[in-house]
Amino acid sequence: MNAEELKHKVTELCPRATYDETGEFLTTLIAAPDLLPVMQQLAKDNELHFDFLFCLTCIDWKDHFMMVYHLRSTDLNHCLVVKAKITDTTNPEIESVNDIWRTAEFHEDEVYDMFGVKFLNHPNLRRLFLEADWNGFPLRKNYTDENMIKL
Amino acid sequence: MLLAPDHITEEGEFIINMGPQHPATHGVLHLKIWLDGETIKKIEPQLGYIHRSIEKMCESLSYRQFIYVTSRMDYLSAHMNNQACALAVEKGLQIEATPRAQAIRVLLGELTRLSSHLLWWASTGLDLGGITPFFYAFRERETINTILEETCGTRLTQNFIVPGGVMYDIHPDFQKKVKDLIKQFRANYHEYDEILTGNVIFQNRLKGVGYISKEDAISYGCTGPTARASGISCDIRKLAPYDGYDKLKFDEVILSGGDCWARYQVRMAEIIQSLNILEQLIDNIPEGDFLAKTKNVVKLNKGDIYQRVETARGELGVYIVSDGAATPYRCKFRSPNFSNLSAIPHIAKGAKIGDLMAIMATVDLVIPDIDR
Repeated sequence: MNAEELKHKVTELCPRATYDETGEFLTTLIAAPDLLPVMQQLAKDNELHFDFLFCLTCIDWKDHFMMVYHLRSTDLNHCLVVKAKITDTTNPEIESVNDIWRTAEFHEDEVYDMFGVKFLNHPNLRRLFLEADWNGFPLRKNYTDENMIKL
Repeated sequence: MLLAPDHITEEGEFIINMGPQHPATHGVLHLKIWLDGETIKKIEPQLGYIHRSIEKMCESLSYRQFIYVTSRMDYLSAHMNNQACALAVEKGLQIEATPRAQAIRVLLGELTRLSSHLLWWASTGLDLGGITPFFYAFRERETINTILEETCGTRLTQNFIVPGGVMYDIHPDFQKKVKDLIKQFRANYHEYDEILTGNVIFQNRLKGVGYISKEDAISYGCTGPTARASGISCDIRKLAPYDGYDKLKFDEVILSGGDCWARYQVRMAEIIQSLNILEQLIDNIPEGDFLAKTKNVVKLNKGDIYQRVETARGELGVYIVSDGAATPYRCKFRSPNFSNLSAIPHIAKGAKIGDLMAIMATVDLVIPDIDR
């Protein structure tokens, strides 16, 4: 499926989605509460069939967090980037997608560890790399540590 | 293996720790294992022993500097990691490496893949109880590392790539030595089959052990030989060719077994494919510059860049978010080992503790790439 067809199909699933076509893959921006139903459809739909989540990460834009999901279909061979905006920076929360793609469990643990984004309905949300009592979330832009060296 | 303080659960399961200092985990990986007798009930990886926060570090390094930090992720595929970063920067600048540089990158990349697969083959033998394979594999690996050392100056973390090309031209002896290596490798390859592949004890330890289905492998995000052994076509060199891989003839090795034996066979066949690529290219390195002209200070336009590269262990993704400054705003490395590790608790569930060594060996984890 090419970018135009993908766009058409995703608009059917989520009418409020906006698009960005400047990058290599078609990027769609959806609201955080819409995320789980849209993702379920993207994976289940026979014409889309996004069965492979190859990258899951988060970006701290200071006034909001942006979750980024890179999806690929292994049999139809098309890619889509889904972005979801989290506006609450003090207590960021979003639905977990680990029921759809099992790989999300570890990736979400990592995002929780580094950004402090809480994933709802995650089976075992824990700090993956840092100790459980670590203060702060290192990949946030406002993170400081007494041992940090400024380059 | 040490017993955890609360080492027996209410259901009578035994909890033991494998690692962080264990020879078969090839690094500081710590697995917490719930056992019922010898059967594995559950595995929980405890990570972070070698976490250096490379992604945070990259946020304060320039687009020329951050390439070299990535050599320390998957140190056995250091060259391919550098290649991924350089390609991402080139994509942002909308330039391409010169044809000569592309050929050199591919040649060095395939040499690195060979050296990585040789170390994997050697350590697989070692993990399953035979030390002799080590000496056989290191004979060829030594030749490869000497070739890499002559051209790049280092044996393991090459740091040879810059945006737009490579740092220097190849050593005058490079072509002759690679040709000798191909000859030596092809002549010796039957020994690899005789000593390990054909060994009945070794085969019995791998066949039917550590099965993962195609659907599960996709769901767990497996890539590289681990996924190709389950019948998934995922070779980035074919899927999204870079640096002239589309002009080369080679086969993507796909098997459908899904067990340790299939994973072993995929890697052994990939060694031959890498030799084929070297053979095609070694006499056809284009003349010309080895470095395209770029500005001293590299700045990328606002936006996202995603670049995928096939390392020896699978798909490495470099995701750069630029805000127009001279350093990346956010840099994410989607490392193949991280996703492959997440499949291990699933693969090993219900297996015997002794088979865990075979599973770990054939998934071929490099721990610094998981922790980053």
